[in-house]
Amino acid sequence: MNDTLSERDTGRLARGQPARGRVDLSHGSGGRAMRELVDAVFLSAFGQPQAAELEDQARIALAELAKVGDRLAFTTDSYVVDPLFFPGGDIGALAVNGTVNDLAVGGAVPLQLSCAVIIEEGFALADLLRIAASMARAAARAGVRIVTGDTKVVPRGAADKLFINTSGIGVIPAGVQVAAAQARPGDRILVNNFIGDHGVAILSARDDLALQVPVKSDTRPLHGLVRALLDACPVHCLRDATRGGLATVLNEFAESAGVAMFLDEVTLPVHDEVRGVSEILGLDPLYYANEGVLVAVVPGEHAERALAAMRAHPAGANAVMIGEVAEAPAGRVVMRSAFGGERIVDMLVGEQLPRIC
Amino acid sequence: MRFIEEFRDPHRARVLLARIEQLAAQLPRRRPLQLMEVCGGHTHAIFRYGIEQLLPRNIELVHGPGCPVCVLPMGRVDDCVALAEHPNVIFTTFGDAMRVPGSRKSLLQARADGADVRMVYSPEDALKIARDNPAREVVFFALGFETTMPSTALTVLRALEEGIDNFSVFCNHITIIPTIKAILDSPDIRLDGFLGPGHVSMVIGSAPYEFICHHYRKPLVIAGFEPLDILHSIYLLLCQLVEGRCEVENQYRRVVAAGGNDAALQAVARVFELREFFEWRGLGSIDHSGVRLRGEFAHFDAERRFSVPNLKIADPKSCQCGEVLKGAIKPWQCKVFGSACTPKTPLGSLMVSSEGACAAVHSYGRLDLIRARELREESA
Repeated sequence: MNDTLSERDTGRLARGQPARGRVDLSHGSGGRAMRELVDAVFLSAFGQPQAAELEDQARIALAELAKVGDRLAFTTDSYVVDPLFFPGGDIGALAVNGTVNDLAVGGAVPLQLSCAVIIEEGFALADLLRIAASMARAAARAGVRIVTGDTKVVPRGAADKLFINTSGIGVIPAGVQVAAAQARPGDRILVNNFIGDHGVAILSARDDLALQVPVKSDTRPLHGLVRALLDACPVHCLRDATRGGLATVLNEFAESAGVAMFLDEVTLPVHDEVRGVSEILGLDPLYYANEGVLVAVVPGEHAERALAAMRAHPAGANAVMIGEVAEAPAGRVVMRSAFGGERIVDMLVGEQLPRIC
Repeated sequence: MRFIEEFRDPHRARVLLARIEQLAAQLPRRRPLQLMEVCGGHTHAIFRYGIEQLLPRNIELVHGPGCPVCVLPMGRVDDCVALAEHPNVIFTTFGDAMRVPGSRKSLLQARADGADVRMVYSPEDALKIARDNPAREVVFFALGFETTMPSTALTVLRALEEGIDNFSVFCNHITIIPTIKAILDSPDIRLDGFLGPGHVSMVIGSAPYEFICHHYRKPLVIAGFEPLDILHSIYLLLCQLVEGRCEVENQYRRVVAAGGNDAALQAVARVFELREFFEWRGLGSIDHSGVRLRGEFAHFDAERRFSVPNLKIADPKSCQCGEVLKGAIKPWQCKVFGSACTPKTPLGSLMVSSEGACAAVHSYGRLDLIRARELREESA
């Protein structure tokens, strides 16, 4: 491997053809090779004028932000998913949608993202291009811009293929106020979509599990749906049910607000395929990671209107009411089974491990 | 999924619960009836669906020794860690065995410390790792009752057939019948009947349980794992008790054949032989309750291939796993339940797996306790 992208690769890239080379340590050196990689992969995919200026920071006009609202929202997340490509998505789409959603569930309008990549030496350039293109598509879909970034290449074995960190800023419109501590007895709990699809898609994409499950990741931006919901009625709490799943989000709401969350098992939207895999492995769909599931807590009197607003949006077509908020037992999430039994839904201790039989 | 939904039908559940209520009312009132579900899968389902709280107050469910992870002695976990820490070993295990505490550390901690511990879903997966890594020694942590024994046996036979010589099994398989017998012989036992394990019975059939009825005069119903299976099995047990019958009944006919599974039994008999005794966590040593690989498969036996410490480590004194396993006390009556022993910091292994009685009560079943405490506080 030369210390720059091979001429064959740059030629291919210029013609819009796939490159065959691999990333090596010189691509993280800060020199010409890195510049060529950034140009060929990230700038050609993201293609924004601000990023092309290649200053050490993005420069954002405050006046533009102030037009949208009165508070800045700022978030960061790192993506280390394995495998990098899975049914319904890839690490790139995940990194954009995840950060967009972290802004959205604070009621913010997502505006700009950063993108930092840590690449393992030997990573295929074609895969990097594919991931950058996916990030660009996801950003365009969400209406956000990737305005600054960083590239590091580490020796083989020092990282697992590719890690991405995305940070994002958004602006919260005046008057919007959502927070976990706002859940009140009498509120209703809503979700926009089936739970567990992303977790099972990742499980089934791993080589070690010989299960062919026709389930796709639900990765998608949720800020449009959040907007529709906020426009329809007052909203007390919002969160996307990512790592730790629905159970973790509800436990966080219950603890923050000092209330009880009661779930009705029969109303929980779970695809048959997800239910089936969970039965086989002894895992609980309540704890699977999701990438496109919004959990909303709204005042009881507005619940129907909230549900209608969610269902009217493409990201909320499967929205359902799954439970209600009560006074006691405070700080607990309780599941009601179809025939009247009740059990606590606790936070998970460590990761979910498949049972032996 | 209709096959599952049918066994979770609320209407049928209500009908069964009403019948159970009627039968329970006909029982003598001297003390609550104690029914033991032997299998950890049942324990899990009972808590997951809140079945216990739907039953009449004079029926108690006792959560038995049927979670193989829960009854694994600490010394055996130490042996696993020692094998895993061998520099050339890839140690393969089922997921839920990774958190079981040894006296020094669990397999999860051993992995964090640098051991090559890999989670697999079947012994076949471990054999594949051995095929793919011919220069490394691959050890499979085999555990479980008769349910998982056949797949280990078939994998050893496959390894033999393919001439794979870097694969071995650390055998901790245990058998259900001597264990039930040990429980029935225990002086502090006061059980009235058994929900027999569904998956184990799929392999061994129903005949091996006959002695429980003939010798100990306790009825047993082989039960499936869906909530309606469990309610139906409790109903069948109550029918027997009210009518004064004592039989082995098979509620799980859609899966369990009376004679068991011949092919599975043959593979097990070919590969394994009974150990004279085997140590159980909380229950002590039980004669003929464990198996090991026969001499002709010594090459695949990790205990013979590597040196393992093989030390007996006494259970922590404060733990009352044994009493809980035998139904002598309820999980929350244990001295350390929820204080020193929690799912995050398990002292006893009943707190480790979600099939363990203590972990199940801690994770799913504290609602009653919390409500009871709240009521007490209100009235104080």
